[in-house]
Amino acid sequence: MAELMTEKHVKYILSVEKKKDDFESVVMEHLRVNGAYWGLTTLDILGKLDAVDQDEVVSWIMQCQHESGGFGGNIGHDPHILYTLSAIQVLALFDKIDVLDVENVANYIASLQNEDGSFSGDMWGEIDTRFSYIAICSLALLHRLDKINVERAVKYIVSCKNLDGGFGCTPGAESHAGQIFCCVGALAITGSLHHVDKDLLGWWLCERQVKSGGLNGRPEKLPDVCYSWWVLSSLIMIDRVHWIDKGKLVNFILDCQDKENGGISDRPDDAVDVFHTYFGVAGLSLLEFPGLKAIDPAYALPVDVFAAASNHDGMN
Amino acid sequence: MHGRPRIAPTKEEQEASSLRAAKLRDLQSQVLNFHHNKIYTKEAVEISAKLLESNPEHYTGWNYRKLAVQYLLDQQSENGVDSNSIQSILDEELRIVENALKKNFKSYGAWHHRKWVLSKGHSSTDRELRLLGKFQKLDARNFHAWNYRRFIAGLRKIPDEEELQYTTDMIYDNFSNYSAWHNRSVILSILLGKREKGYHDKERVFGEEYEFVRNALFTDPDDQSGWFYHLWLLDQTLKREPVLLSSWPPHGSNLCLSVDGSLNDRQTLPVPHFQSKARTFPLILYFSEGVEGVSSSTVTVESKCHAGDDFTWMPLSANKFGFSQAWLTYLKFPNEVHSLEACPVKVTVAHAAGITSSSGMPCSQSCHISFTVIVPSDDRQHSELQTTHRISWKEENIRSCTTQSLEADILRSLCELEITKENKPTTPKWSMETISNEIAHCQELLSTTNCKIGKLTLARLLMARNALISYGNPHFGTEANYEDVLALYRDLMKMDPAHICYYEDEYSLVLLKQLTSNVGSLMKHCYQYQESSSPSMNPYLCVRLNGLSLSRLGSMEQLLWVQMLDLSHNKLRTIEGLEALQLLSCLKLNNNRLCSFTALEPLKTLKSLEALDISYNEIGAHSIDTRRYLCSSPLTHAVGNDWNFKKFTDEDVKLKDHWDAYLLFKDLNLRQLEITGNAVVNDRLKAFLCKLMPSLKRLNGEKCC
Repeated sequence: MAELMTEKHVKYILSVEKKKDDFESVVMEHLRVNGAYWGLTTLDILGKLDAVDQDEVVSWIMQCQHESGGFGGNIGHDPHILYTLSAIQVLALFDKIDVLDVENVANYIASLQNEDGSFSGDMWGEIDTRFSYIAICSLALLHRLDKINVERAVKYIVSCKNLDGGFGCTPGAESHAGQIFCCVGALAITGSLHHVDKDLLGWWLCERQVKSGGLNGRPEKLPDVCYSWWVLSSLIMIDRVHWIDKGKLVNFILDCQDKENGGISDRPDDAVDVFHTYFGVAGLSLLEFPGLKAIDPAYALPVDVFAAASNHDGMN
Repeated sequence: MHGRPRIAPTKEEQEASSLRAAKLRDLQSQVLNFHHNKIYTKEAVEISAKLLESNPEHYTGWNYRKLAVQYLLDQQSENGVDSNSIQSILDEELRIVENALKKNFKSYGAWHHRKWVLSKGHSSTDRELRLLGKFQKLDARNFHAWNYRRFIAGLRKIPDEEELQYTTDMIYDNFSNYSAWHNRSVILSILLGKREKGYHDKERVFGEEYEFVRNALFTDPDDQSGWFYHLWLLDQTLKREPVLLSSWPPHGSNLCLSVDGSLNDRQTLPVPHFQSKARTFPLILYFSEGVEGVSSSTVTVESKCHAGDDFTWMPLSANKFGFSQAWLTYLKFPNEVHSLEACPVKVTVAHAAGITSSSGMPCSQSCHISFTVIVPSDDRQHSELQTTHRISWKEENIRSCTTQSLEADILRSLCELEITKENKPTTPKWSMETISNEIAHCQELLSTTNCKIGKLTLARLLMARNALISYGNPHFGTEANYEDVLALYRDLMKMDPAHICYYEDEYSLVLLKQLTSNVGSLMKHCYQYQESSSPSMNPYLCVRLNGLSLSRLGSMEQLLWVQMLDLSHNKLRTIEGLEALQLLSCLKLNNNRLCSFTALEPLKTLKSLEALDISYNEIGAHSIDTRRYLCSSPLTHAVGNDWNFKKFTDEDVKLKDHWDAYLLFKDLNLRQLEITGNAVVNDRLKAFLCKLMPSLKRLNGEKCC
C-alpha cells in the first residue's frame, strides 16, 4: 500500500494559505472561507492544526461576517449560507464558537427557511437541498435547531427523494452523490434516517465504485476523489459502507496524491487543489487509515471537535 | 478544479498567469466597490459583465447585477413603462449569462441568474428551449440544464406527455442517458398518478416501458442506466398492498400462560407455553413490508377477558418512528380470571382503514387471528421465578428434535397455520406474467453476455417470483429452486469482488428464506435445550443458525416463536430484524462482526432476554460507528430522546464514553452476559454494567456482586 505523504500535504496547504496573488487564489477569492474550512480541517485530521495562527484566522473570518449575521466568502463579499457553515465549522475547529453572537447567526440562517420547509441560499432565493443540510448542520453546531421548523425541513428533503433511492437538489432533480450526502446528513442530524430506503440507496451508492477502485458521483461518470467523501460518508451514515471495497478506494485516493509537491487531485496525475486534498484525507479517515483523527460523517468535523462543541451545552 | 493535468508551469506560463491574476483581481475589486457604493452606471455594469463572463463563480457579481437591473427597471417605470426597454435590459442579462455559461456550463450562479430573469415574465421561453437543446448536445447529463428545463416547462405549462416524448428522443439518441431515464420515471409517475388519458392502464404502460428499456439493455448490457430504470419498473410491478405474514401467538394455537417455569402440568397442558410473572404476554404482528397506522382503531382484540381494553401498539423498528414490519402490544390477564380457564382471543387486523405501507399502499384486506390462552392455576406455592441456573449452551444439553417429538408437532403446526382472510388476496395475473417474461428475457441476455447487473437482476426476478407464488395462487406453479439463486450470487461474488459484501448480504437473505421455507428444512435447525443441572426447568425450543456465514438477518416472520437462538460463528455486522423476536430468552451472538453497542440496538426491546453472549466481536475496535445515526443517540436531535445518562454517570466523567452501552443495557433484565474478546471491555466497563443491571448475576462467567 502506498504511503500517505502527510508532511508534503501540510506544506502544500500552508503554502496555499500564503499564496494570495496567483491566479488560482484570485479566481477563488470569493470562496476563501470554504477554502479555510477545507485546509484547516485537513490539518486537524493530520494532527497539525497548530501550524496555523489561530488568532489571525479567527480575526479574518469574523471580518467576513455581515450585520445580518451571515458570512460572505471573503471580506467584502455578500453573505450566503454556504460560507456561514464553513465559518462556524472553522470556529468549531478552534473551539472558538463563543466569539460568535449565536443569536445573530442563528436568526440569519432561520430567516432563510421557506414556507415549504426548503432553504434559500441567500436573499436572492436560490433553493437547493445543499442549503437544507447547511442550515441544519450549522444550527445543530450552535444548539439552535429550535429556530427552524425541523419537521417541514425534513418533509422538503424527503420530497427530493428519487425513485432510485437517491436525492436531488430540488424535487424531481436527478440523484447526485453530493446532494445525497447533504440530504442523508441532514436526515441523520435530525434523527430522521428512517425516511431513507437504506438497501436501495446503499446499492445505488456502492455501484459508484468503478474498476479503478475510485468512486463516481452518478452512473456512467468518471471517478473523482471528492466522491470518496460524499459517497463514503453517506454509506457510513446508513450502515452500508461494507458494500464497497475499502482497500481499493484507499489505494485510489493515495494514487491521487502529488508525491513531490503535496496535495491531492481529483484523479491520478491531475492538478491538485485544497478541495480535493481535504476530501481525500477525510475519506481516508472514514476508511480508518492509520494515524488520522476520526471524522464525523454527518458534521464533517473531527469527532473530538464535535464532542467539545456539544459539551458547551452539557450533553444535549 | 476538476480535470486539469498536473504539469509544472513554464516561466512564460507563470508570468502570463500572474498578469491574468492581476487583471482579474482588478475587475473583482472594482465590482465589489461598485456594489458597496451602489454604482450602477453603464460603465460599471459593463465591467461586471466582463468579470462574470470570465469568472461566473463570483456570486457577489451576480447579486450586483440583479440590483443594477432592479435599479434600471425602477428608472424605467419612473419614466413611463416601455416594454421594449425592459425587454432589452433583461435580454442583456440573458446574453451575459449565456456567455458565462459558455465559460462554465455548470455554474450555479449563472443558471440561477437566468431563472431570476425568466421569473420576471418578459422573456421568450422559446429561446430558452433552443438554448437548452444546445446544452443538451454539449452534455446530455448536465443536471443544471435538466433542472432548468423543468423550470421552463413549468412556466410554459408544457404538457407532461410532451416532456415524456422528449426523454424518449434523448434516450433514442443515446441509451446511456441516466438523466433522461430518471426524468422519464418522474414524468411517468406523475402521468400514472393523475390517471391521464392514455395512462390509466398501468399494465399497458409498463408493458411498453419494459419493451423500451429492453432495447437499451440488449444493445449495451454493461451500461448501468437502463438497468436502474428496469429496477424501478420491477418495483412498480411488484407494488402491492401490505399483508399480514405471521403473528405470535400463531393463528389456531393454544397458549399456556405459566407464572413460573414449573413443569407440573406440562404433560397435560398443551404447548406452546409462555412464562410471565405479570400474566402478560406479547402479541406480535408481522407484515410483508413496513407499515404505519397500527393502533387499537385499526386492529381489534376481542376476548372476554379484555372487554373494552385499549391496546397500545408499538412499532418494532430500529427507532420508534416511521414504518415497521413488526408491531407489538401486550395482553394482560387480570387476576380475576379463573385458573385453567381457556380464554379465546380473536384479533382482527385492518378492522378499519388506516394501516399504510411506506409506498402509500393501504392494507385493505382485513384478516383474523384466533388463539386460545389458558391461564394456569393461581397456586401461591410457586417458588421464585426462574432458578439462577446458568445457560451454558453445552452440546450435551442440546438434542435435536426428532420428527416424532412434541416439539416437531409444535413446529409443524406453527409452520402450517394459515391466517384466515376474509377474501384471499390474489396476486394480479399481470404481475406474474410480467415477471415470468422478464425472467425469460434476462436468461436470454445472459446466454450471450456475462453481464453483472443482468445476473443480479435475474436473481432478484427469481426471488420476486417466489414471493408472488407464496402470496397464494396455486396456478402460478412451484417456487423456483433457491439453489439457482444462491448459485447466481456465488457467481457474482467471483465476477465482482469489489461488491462481495453486498452479495454476501443478499446471499444470507436468500439462504434464510430457503431454510425457513418449509418445515423439513427448518426442523434440521431445531433442537431441544435442557440444562442437565436443572431438570425442573422447561426445555427451551432452540434454533441453531450458527456457522452459516450469515452477514445479515431475514425471514424473521417465520421465527417469531423462537425462545433460544444460536447465531454464533457467522459474519453478522448487523442484527436488524431481531427486534421482532420478542420471545427470545437466550441469544448467542459470539464470534461475529458486531462493531459497536449501537449495532445491538435491536435487543433493546427484548424484555424476555436473560442470557446474552456477545463475546468475540469487534466492539470498540473501530473508530467509526456506522450505526450512530440510525439509533437514538445524543448526536441525533430526534424528539423523544430518553436521557438520564448525565445523572447516572455524574460520579465518573469517563463513563460519558459509554453512552451507547448505557442506552442498550439500561432497559434489559439480563441475568447472564458474556462480553469477553471485545476491545472495549475493561474493568471499568464491567463494573458499570454490573451497576446498570441489578438483575445481572453472571458477567463473563463470574458472579456479579
